[in-house]
Amino acid sequence: MNKLASNFLGISSPNPFWLASAPPTDKEYNVRRAFEAGWGGVVWKTLGAEGPPIVNVNGPRYGAIWGADRRLLGLNNIELITDRDLYTNLEEITRVKADYPDRALIVSLMVPCEEEAWKTILPLVEQTGADGIELNFGCPHGMAERGMGSAVGQVPEYIEMVTRWCKEAYSKPVIVKLTPNITDVRYPARAAKSGGADAVSLINTINSIVSVDLDAFAPVPTIDGKGSHGGYCGPAVKPIAMHMVADIARDPETADMPISAIGGVTTWRDAAEFIALGAGNVQVCTAAMTYGFKVVQEMISGLTDWMDSKGYDSLADFQGQATPKVCDWKDLNLNYVSKAVIDQDKCIQCGRCYIACEDTSHQAIDMSDERIFTVKDDECVACNLCVNVCPVEGCITMKQIAPGQVDERTGKTVVAEHGDWTTHPNNPANIAAE
Amino acid sequence: MNNQLLKAGVACGRLDLTELADNFSDLHPPLDDHQALVAADRCYFCHDAPCMTACPTDIDIPLFIRQISTGTPLAAAKTILSQNILGGMCARVCPTETLCEQACVRNTAEGDPVEIGLLQRFATDHMMDQPHPFSRAAATGKRVAVIGAGPAGLSCAHRLAMHGHDVTLFDGRDKAGGLNEFGIAAYKSVDDFAHREVEWLLQIGGISVKTGQRLGEGLSLEGLRADYDAVFLSIGLGGVNALSRDGGEWPGVTNAVDFIAELRQASDMSQVAIGRDVVVIGGGMTAIDAAVQSKLLGALNVTLVYRRGRERMNASPFEQDLAASKGVQIITNAAPLGVQKSGDQWQVEFEFSDDDLNPTGERFSLPADQIFSAIGQKLNSSELPELDGGKILVGEAGRTRTPGVWAGGDCASGGEDLTVTAVAEGRIAAEDINAQLAG
Ligand SMILES: Cc1cc2nc3c(=O)[nH]c(=O)nc-3n(C[C@H](O)[C@H](O)[C@H](O)COP(=O)(O)OP(=O)(O)OC[C@H]3O[C@@H](n4cnc5c(N)ncnc54)[C@H](O)[C@@H]3O)c2cc1C
Ligand SMILES: Cc1cc2nc3c(=O)[nH]c(=O)nc-3n(C[C@H](O)[C@H](O)[C@H](O)COP(=O)(O)O)c2cc1C
Ligand code: SF4
Ligand code: SF4
Ligand code: SF4
Repeated sequence: MNKLASNFLGISSPNPFWLASAPPTDKEYNVRRAFEAGWGGVVWKTLGAEGPPIVNVNGPRYGAIWGADRRLLGLNNIELITDRDLYTNLEEITRVKADYPDRALIVSLMVPCEEEAWKTILPLVEQTGADGIELNFGCPHGMAERGMGSAVGQVPEYIEMVTRWCKEAYSKPVIVKLTPNITDVRYPARAAKSGGADAVSLINTINSIVSVDLDAFAPVPTIDGKGSHGGYCGPAVKPIAMHMVADIARDPETADMPISAIGGVTTWRDAAEFIALGAGNVQVCTAAMTYGFKVVQEMISGLTDWMDSKGYDSLADFQGQATPKVCDWKDLNLNYVSKAVIDQDKCIQCGRCYIACEDTSHQAIDMSDERIFTVKDDECVACNLCVNVCPVEGCITMKQIAPGQVDERTGKTVVAEHGDWTTHPNNPANIAAE
Repeated sequence: MNNQLLKAGVACGRLDLTELADNFSDLHPPLDDHQALVAADRCYFCHDAPCMTACPTDIDIPLFIRQISTGTPLAAAKTILSQNILGGMCARVCPTETLCEQACVRNTAEGDPVEIGLLQRFATDHMMDQPHPFSRAAATGKRVAVIGAGPAGLSCAHRLAMHGHDVTLFDGRDKAGGLNEFGIAAYKSVDDFAHREVEWLLQIGGISVKTGQRLGEGLSLEGLRADYDAVFLSIGLGGVNALSRDGGEWPGVTNAVDFIAELRQASDMSQVAIGRDVVVIGGGMTAIDAAVQSKLLGALNVTLVYRRGRERMNASPFEQDLAASKGVQIITNAAPLGVQKSGDQWQVEFEFSDDDLNPTGERFSLPADQIFSAIGQKLNSSELPELDGGKILVGEAGRTRTPGVWAGGDCASGGEDLTVTAVAEGRIAAEDINAQLAG
C-alpha cells in the first residue's frame, strides 16, 4: 500500500508533492521529466489570455541570498507568467495529461479581471482534461502593475467575484492561490470561500529587493542599470508561509477549506510540517529549481520512513494534528518553566552560547577557565537563544522544571495549574482580577 | 627507471628539471578565491576562540576569517599582520596541526579543523603586492640595535620602527631572513618568498640593515649598549651539536643545517649534489627536512635514524608522515656508533637502544654516500648576557639579566623553537622596549 497516496479535492496523485506553477512546469519537456522523476502532480506555469504572448526581460531575472557554503536560502524573481503561446500550452497539457493519468495536472490561470476574459479561456482549459485550475492571484511583480496577480489578490471582493465566475464556467475543482503581500491572510481566504473556491493554495512570492549592487548602485537583478522589486521564495519564506497556512486552518470561517501549502518546501520534513498544520498537500518550486527534480526522491523516502516510524498509514493520520496547538500568545501557560541544559559530551566549546547570552540576553551561561560552559539556573529565562546559536544539534536542550520544584531564578515553586495572561495579576484587563 | 637514480656516489642532476620543479613546489598549494570562501564558511566565529589562544602571536583568527568570508581579504591581512608581521611565512611554516588547527573546535567536532593556515596565507598573499599597510609614529629620536635578522629580529625591528624608533638591524650573514631564508624547507617557501617578505616588511622605513656584522666578531655587546638606547638579541642557534662524544667530527658527516642552507640558496636544484644512499641522524624538524629534501633531489634510499622511540621524536606526527609519504625510511631506537669507509661508500654503524638509551648489544650498519647529522642546534656566540641551559636567560617580555638588553627567538630561554614563537617574542620585547624608552 502506498502510504503517501494523496487525494486532494478528489484529485488523486501518488504522493502529496506537486510542483508549483513556475519555470519547472513551464512546458511539456519539463513536466514529463518531473513525472518521470516521481513528482505527484504539477501546477502548470500560469497561462494568460489568448493573444500576443507575454514578454520577459532579457537580462537576469533572479537574485538570491545564501547561507554558509553558498547554500541558496532565498530566491527572488521578476519573471512573468508564461511567455509561450496559449494554444501550444493547451496542446502540451492535453498530451501530458493523457500520458500520465495517475498524476495531478492543474492549470494555473491569470487573465484580466473581466468576466468575458475568464469565460473565454475556461472552456479551452476544460477540453485539455486537466484535473483542475489554480487562479494566480499572487504574482507580485509586473502582472500586478497591469491589474492582475496580486493586484486582484489584495482585494477580497475581486477574489470572490473572479472565483464565482470560474465556478460558474468550469466544472472541475478551482483552487485560489493567495498572495502573502497583505496584512491578514484570513480575509482573502474567506473571500475565496465565499466565491465557492474548492481550496486555497499559498503562498505566492513575497515583494522583495534581494540585494543592491554596490558598484552599480542598483537593485539585483539589474537590467541595464535598474532593478524592480521581485517575488521572494525558497527556504527563507517557509516560516511566513507556515504562519499563513495555520491562520487559515484555524480560522473558524475557513477551517474546513482544503489548503495546498507552498513556500520554502525543501525536504520531507518541511512537507510534514505543513501537512501537520492542516495542509492537504504541498507545492514546491525553489527546491526543484535549486537541485533539480530528483529532490522529490528524498521527500518521498523521508516522509514514508517518518510515517512508518510513527505508525501512520495515511496522510490523514497526521494531517492537521498541529493545528489545534497553534494558539494566541495570551493562551500560553505562563506557569510552565524550563531551563537550558548543556550536554557536555556534545559541547565542542565554541563559546557561542556564552557570548550570545552574555552580550545580548540574560548573562545566564558560565564560562570556566577550562572553557566548560554551564547554565546558571538562577539567571536562565529559557529564551532558547543558546539552542539556536549552538552549532551542534541536540547539544543544548530545554528541560522542564517539574511542578513542585523551585525555579531558582524567581525563587518560586512551580505550580501545576495552567495560568496565562488572561488571568495574570499584571494584566490590567484581567478578567479574573476582581 | 632513470639511470641517474642508480648512479653511485654523490651526484648532481639525478632528476630532470620538471621533476625537480614539481618536487619543490608548494607543499600545500594556496587556496583560490572559491576554495577560500568555502573554507572560511566553516569557521564558527567562536567566542574567546581556542585557536587564537593556541596561536603564539594571538592572531584574531575568527575575525580575519570572517573578513575573508565577507570579501575583504586585505582587512583580514591587516588583522593578521598587526599581530604577526611575518604572518605570510607563518602561514606556510607553522605546524598548525599542533597549534591553532589542533585547538579548532571543528577538530573536536568532526576531526577536521578549519584550514586556518591556508586561509592566513590566502589573506596575506593578497597584501604582498599592496602598499605597506602600517605607518610610523612620530620620530622619537631613540636608537635600538637588533642583532640577528631572523623572524625574532625582523618582528622586533618592525614594531620598534612603527613606534617611531630608529632601528639598526645587524646580521652576521650576507642576507637578512634568518632560517626563513636559510633553514625552512624549500617546498614551504617557494618563489623566493622569504626574501620578498623581508623586502615588504622593510617598507615600513626606519630600519637600516647591516649584513656581514657579527656579535663577538667586531660587534661587542658593550659597544652596542653604549651606542644605542636598547639592544635586542635574536641570533638564533648558530652552532650545531656534534655526533661524537668528544666533540670532534666524524669523517664523512655533513651537518644538515649547512646542507639545507646550500639547497635553499641554490638557484637551480639540479646543481645540488646528493648521494644515492643517504643516512640522516636525528629526530627533529631539521632531520626530517634534510631527509625529505634529499629524497626530493633524487636520492634513491634515504634512511632517518633516531636513537629513541618514535613518540619522543621532536618532529610532529604530521612531519613523520610527510617523510614516510615521500619514501623516507625511519628507523628508531638506534644510536650511531661510528663511521667507516668501505670501498667507495661509508658504513654507518648503529646499535639498538631502548628509550632510555640503554644499548641492547645488537648492531647493524647502513651504507651511505652522504651522512647528515641533525642532532640539535646550539647557541654560538661570546659576550652574551647570563645563560640558562644553553640559552640566554630571559624574564618577562624578553628582558635579560643585562640592563638595556632584551633577547627573543631561538637564542632565548623559554618557548618552542618555532618561527611563530620567535615573531611573538620579538613583538613582545619591542613593546617592552618602547615602554621603557618612553618612560
Ligand atoms: C631546518 C629547519 C627547519 C625548520 N622548519 C621550521 C618549520 O617548518 N616551522 C617552524 O615554525 N619552525 C621551523 N624551524 C625553526 C625556526 O626556523 C626557528 O625557530 C626560527 O627561525 C627562530 O628565529 P630566530 O629569529 O630566533 O632565529 P634565526 O632564524 O636562526 O635567525 C637568527 C639570525 O641571527 C643571525 N646571527 C646568528 N649569530 C649571529 C651573530 N653572532 N651576530 C650577528 N648575527 C647573528 C643569523 O645569521 C640569523 O640571520 C626550522 C628550523 C630549522 C633549522
Ligand atoms: C521564477 C518564478 C516564477 C514563478 N512564476 C509563477 C507563476 O507563473 N504563477 C504562479 O502562480 N506562481 C509563480 N511563482 C511562485 C511559485 O509558484 C511559488 O508560489 C513560490 O515560488 C513559493 O514556493 P517555493 O518557496 O517552493 O519556491 C514563481 C516563482 C518563481 C521562482
Ligand atoms: S541557468 Fe541556463 S538559461 Fe539561465 S543563465 Fe544559466 S545557462 Fe542561461
Ligand atoms: S554553543 Fe553549543 S557547542 Fe558551543 S559552547 Fe555552547 S553548548 Fe558548547
Ligand atoms: S576554533 Fe575553529 S571554528 Fe572557532 S574561531 Fe577558531 S578557526 Fe573558527
